[in-house]
Amino acid sequence: MFEILKKTLLAPDIYFMEVHAPRLAQSAQPGQFLIVRVDENSERIPLTIADFDREKGTIVIVTQALGVSTRKIAAMNEGDCFANFAGPLGVPSELIHMSPDELKNLKVLFVAGGVGAAPIYPQVKFMADNGAKADVVLGARTSDLFIFRDKLSAVSNRLLLATNDGSEGVKGLVTDAIAQLVETEGKKYDMVVTIGPMIMMRAVADYTRKLGLKTIASLNTLMVDGTGMCGACRVSVGGKTRFTCVDGPEFDAHQVDFDEAMRRQGMYKREEKKKLDDDHECKIGIGR
Amino acid sequence: MAIRKEKVPVREQAPNIRRTNFKEVSFGYNLEEAQSEAERCIQCKKPGCVAQCPVSINIPAFIAKVKEGDIEGAARIIFSDSTLPSVCGRVCPQESQCEGDCILGKKNDPVSIGKLERFVGDWARENGIVARPPEFENGIKVAIIGSGPAGLSCATDLRKLGYDVTMFEALHKPGGVLEYGIPEFRLPKEGVVRPEINNLRHMGVKIETDVIVGRTITIDQLFEEEGFEAVFIGSGAGLPKFMNIPGENLNGVFSANEYLTRANLMKAYDETSNTPIYRALKCAVVGGGNVAMDAARTALRLGSEVHLVYRRSETELPARAEEVHHAKEEGIIFQMLTNPVEILGDENGWVKGIRCLRMELGEPDASGRRSPIAVPGSEFIIEVDAVIMSLGTSPNPLISSTTPGLDINKWRCIVANDETGATSRPGVFAGGDAVTGAATVILAMGAGRKAAQAIHEYIQQK
Repeated sequence: MFEILKKTLLAPDIYFMEVHAPRLAQSAQPGQFLIVRVDENSERIPLTIADFDREKGTIVIVTQALGVSTRKIAAMNEGDCFANFAGPLGVPSELIHMSPDELKNLKVLFVAGGVGAAPIYPQVKFMADNGAKADVVLGARTSDLFIFRDKLSAVSNRLLLATNDGSEGVKGLVTDAIAQLVETEGKKYDMVVTIGPMIMMRAVADYTRKLGLKTIASLNTLMVDGTGMCGACRVSVGGKTRFTCVDGPEFDAHQVDFDEAMRRQGMYKREEKKKLDDDHECKIGIGR
Repeated sequence: MAIRKEKVPVREQAPNIRRTNFKEVSFGYNLEEAQSEAERCIQCKKPGCVAQCPVSINIPAFIAKVKEGDIEGAARIIFSDSTLPSVCGRVCPQESQCEGDCILGKKNDPVSIGKLERFVGDWARENGIVARPPEFENGIKVAIIGSGPAGLSCATDLRKLGYDVTMFEALHKPGGVLEYGIPEFRLPKEGVVRPEINNLRHMGVKIETDVIVGRTITIDQLFEEEGFEAVFIGSGAGLPKFMNIPGENLNGVFSANEYLTRANLMKAYDETSNTPIYRALKCAVVGGGNVAMDAARTALRLGSEVHLVYRRSETELPARAEEVHHAKEEGIIFQMLTNPVEILGDENGWVKGIRCLRMELGEPDASGRRSPIAVPGSEFIIEVDAVIMSLGTSPNPLISSTTPGLDINKWRCIVANDETGATSRPGVFAGGDAVTGAATVILAMGAGRKAAQAIHEYIQQK
């Protein structure tokens, strides 16, 4: 079970994997996540679902190899099986409860940064499937790092790119691209959905708050079980503690305490660094 | 021959040694010790122990077999009521159940029923005695949600009656709290939990992990799409509670559930595990139940000085006496009549202390325990770099919110009949912590057994 049917490199260190997981594919909805484990020693890693195919019984995940566990995931190949692949978890996007007519009248702007392009895709696709193609802002440090660009282009009304170095699209941050749309071009939106690094989502929330524009952020907090049991994923939303895994992962971005959320993401940095160093030593195989 | 007044003592790892490792605290009886303890049982005609056992094990009968040296015979007697003797022998609160009503206990030590049960379970496992599949298959499918104590006992009894039983587990390993909650030093995983769960596999129970009922599949789909005739919900305790005091989201504050899950299920104490765990220098564990003791003793083994902070006095501690005793022997510092009011953080948002009030005991409250009252002006600070909150849990909404017609009470626990586990939905039964809120392994097992009988009757009448 949970065999990797297809693996491709999307950008340096960023991998696309299509995984056989029929039960999960059957029930997955836009906005939900899953928990993956490579082998018996692995962490339970939450990843937002990047696509699903109910007929083929497959799920797509996109991983950036950063820490010990994401590197382990990235090292898996076609034909390998994950030890565990559990989900879907979390509350689906609120969009799925709307009728096609409601969706057509709803002007949504999706704002994704970096690997966030992958998990935002099912929502943009859902809109397109209901005849309501939305606008998408996609940000990256430089043009080589864009992922899911063609896929998003195919299901969106307009795809506006932004790069920090100006190598493509708007030069600057995703907020500069949003500014181009709403300020320069005078576009009106009913809501923004943003997925990406916390620091980017915080910037988006700060910007849209000034505009009074409703904004939903999908949080990628630390988790262990992902089913509500451990509380590692707790986040302050409107001054109340919520669990990202069962109450989220999507919350009103204007109510989220991003500073606290970013601090909590770094809870295990010390331990993680030690494990990475140990891992590194092992690979060299000297000095012991 | 006169009956020994004292029970045969059980050998244990010395406190100063065991506080540095995760190996089991108690070594258990050997054959000789077990037989001499078994000789103390006077084989009452109306045994109080059996009446007090939530799963009604025929205790005098298995003890008689131990006395004779027929340990396989003893195991078969226990297996007819429980597939988890090695687990229950270790974690049941025997002092308030079987041993609590042992006639010998009126004047002397009661028979060490728990230690004998553990001995029989361990002997059976080490000698390859496993549970057998039923002689008759009825082909009727029953789904069990959750593979903790309630689900395991319900599955066992239904399988014995010939049902085609599938257990669905949300996590990657079956066992529920036996796997994620109770530490290795009290309940070894590879040695005890895994083999006892394999006993269910030997009987032909199917176990499917990574299935989160309510998300991966709903109860309605189990009935309509997968052909199950009845469902038992034994999904366990749920979401950890916090105190709602300032500072609880600082870095270094954990729920006991998180801390124990990292240590137990994810084996984070082991260097080969990829899962990190925070190794505190000095931590406070808030709470007084068995889970608090487990968290405190785990933190101690990971190298921390541990202060157990509880708002009532030692007599009110809900934890088992044996656990409190072990924790004290190991050097946990008990700070009773102490209530945290704020967790203090440093400039980077990490825990640096916990502000507390001293308490005194007032009049008994609704639970019959004397309620703690703050002593004015008694505020003080304990400097710690981690706080572990062990305050119980509130029910997980995943199943109740996705199962139309399933009633919950004002505490959001599933409403189920005490005797049958029947819920407001026909064909759906429930038991264990999902119904009662946090309780014990054996009470959940008892509820699972009752529900199994009720499911059998429900299906026969259909």
